[in-house]
Amino acid sequence: MENSRRRFLKNAGFSVLGVGAGSMLIGLSAHTAKAAGPDGGQRPQFSMGDKAMEAERWGMVVDTRKLNDSLCRKMQEACHSIHNVPEPVGESARRDQIIKWIWPTEFKHAFPGQEVEFLAEDVAHRPIVVLCNHCDNPPCVQACPTKATFKRERDGIVMMDFHRCIGCRFCMAACPFGSRSFNFRDPRPDIEDENPDFPTRMRGVVEKCNFCAERLAVGKKPACVEASDGALTFGDLNDPDSDVRKLLAEQYAIRRKPNLGTFPSVFYIV
Amino acid sequence: MNDKNKIIAGLVIFFLAVLFPFWFNLIFGAADASTAPETELTDKAKKAETCIAETEDMRTEHMQILDQWRDTVVRDGQRTYVAEDGKEYEPSLSNTCMDCHSNKEKFCDRCHNYASVDPYCWDCHTYPEETE
Repeated sequence: MENSRRRFLKNAGFSVLGVGAGSMLIGLSAHTAKAAGPDGGQRPQFSMGDKAMEAERWGMVVDTRKLNDSLCRKMQEACHSIHNVPEPVGESARRDQIIKWIWPTEFKHAFPGQEVEFLAEDVAHRPIVVLCNHCDNPPCVQACPTKATFKRERDGIVMMDFHRCIGCRFCMAACPFGSRSFNFRDPRPDIEDENPDFPTRMRGVVEKCNFCAERLAVGKKPACVEASDGALTFGDLNDPDSDVRKLLAEQYAIRRKPNLGTFPSVFYIV
Repeated sequence: MNDKNKIIAGLVIFFLAVLFPFWFNLIFGAADASTAPETELTDKAKKAETCIAETEDMRTEHMQILDQWRDTVVRDGQRTYVAEDGKEYEPSLSNTCMDCHSNKEKFCDRCHNYASVDPYCWDCHTYPEETE
C-alpha cells in the first residue's frame, strides 16, 4: 500500500470530522433528554402568591400632627426588630456608625429647603419620622455600579440586593436624604433578638428601608404603618381611590427636598 | 553496561516517588479522603420523602436552584415556587430548606467540607441551631 503524505492528511481530516460530529450528537441528545425532564413533569414555576399586595407605585403619607416621641420609638422598634437592624450599646456604639431604616428628626433637618422664617413652635419641635423615600427617580440606583440597588418597575419600591452589594457606598453619597447606612463591622453581635424569618447583613454592605417588601408579599402592610396608630398611611399613589390619594386630595402635603427632582413617594402633612 | 542494578533501583525509587499520592491514599487515606461523607436526614426530612426535586437532581443542582430562588425573590419579588410535582413552596433558604434540613452540620457542612467549598450563605442567613 502506498503511504503518501496526501493519504495521511486525508485520513486525519476525516477522523477529526468524525470525532467532532459524534461528540456533538451525543451532547445534543443528552441535552434534549434533560430538557424534557426525567418523567415529563411540568417545569418549576415562580409566581407572586395569592396573598401578595400589589400596586403600581407604593407610597406613604405621614401625618406629622399625630407624631410624638413614644410613637416614633414604637415605629422604629417595630421596624428594626423584624429586619434585624443592629442596635449597638455601650462602648461599641458609635454615633457615626448608626444603622437606621426609620428614625425621628426635627423639621429643620427633614425639610431644610422650606425656609420658613417664623415656624410655628409645635411644628418646629415635633418629631418628624423619616425613612427611605422610595423616589420615583432614585439617584442611588443611578449611582450603584453593580445594580445591587434597583427600582422594582412593578411597584416602584427601591430595593437592595444585599448579595450584590460590594460596599462602595456610592449610593450613600448619592442619596440626598441620608436614608442609607453602612455596616462598618459585623452586625450580628449587636442584634439582640434575631428574627429568623429575615436575614441579617454582613460587614461591608449598605442597607436601608425596603418598604417591607417581604411583608407586602404576604399581604401585610409595612411594620411601621401597623405600629403607627394611624399616623402613617400606606397605599398606591397611582390609584385615585387609594387611602393615600384620598388623604392627599384633602390635605396639603409636602415632600422632602422636592427641588432635587427625585420625586419622593413619602408625603408629609404638616 | 554493568550498571543494571543501579538503574533498576533508581527506577523503583522514581516510581515510588511519582506514585506517592496513590499508594499513600490506598494505605492511609481510606478513612477520610477516599470515602464520600454520608449526609444525615432529620426526622422531618425523612417523613417528607421528597425534596423540591429528585434527590439526584438536588445533589447536583441545588446551588443553581438556590441562585435562581435568590434572584427571583429579591429582584422579581416572586415568592411562591411551584415544583415539578406541583407542590407549592416558599423559595427561602432559611425558612424552607432549613425548616426540614435543620441539621446544618450533618447535612450541609459534611459535603461542603469534603468538597472544600465555603458558601457564604451563612454570613447573613440564619439556620435553626444558630438562632436557638
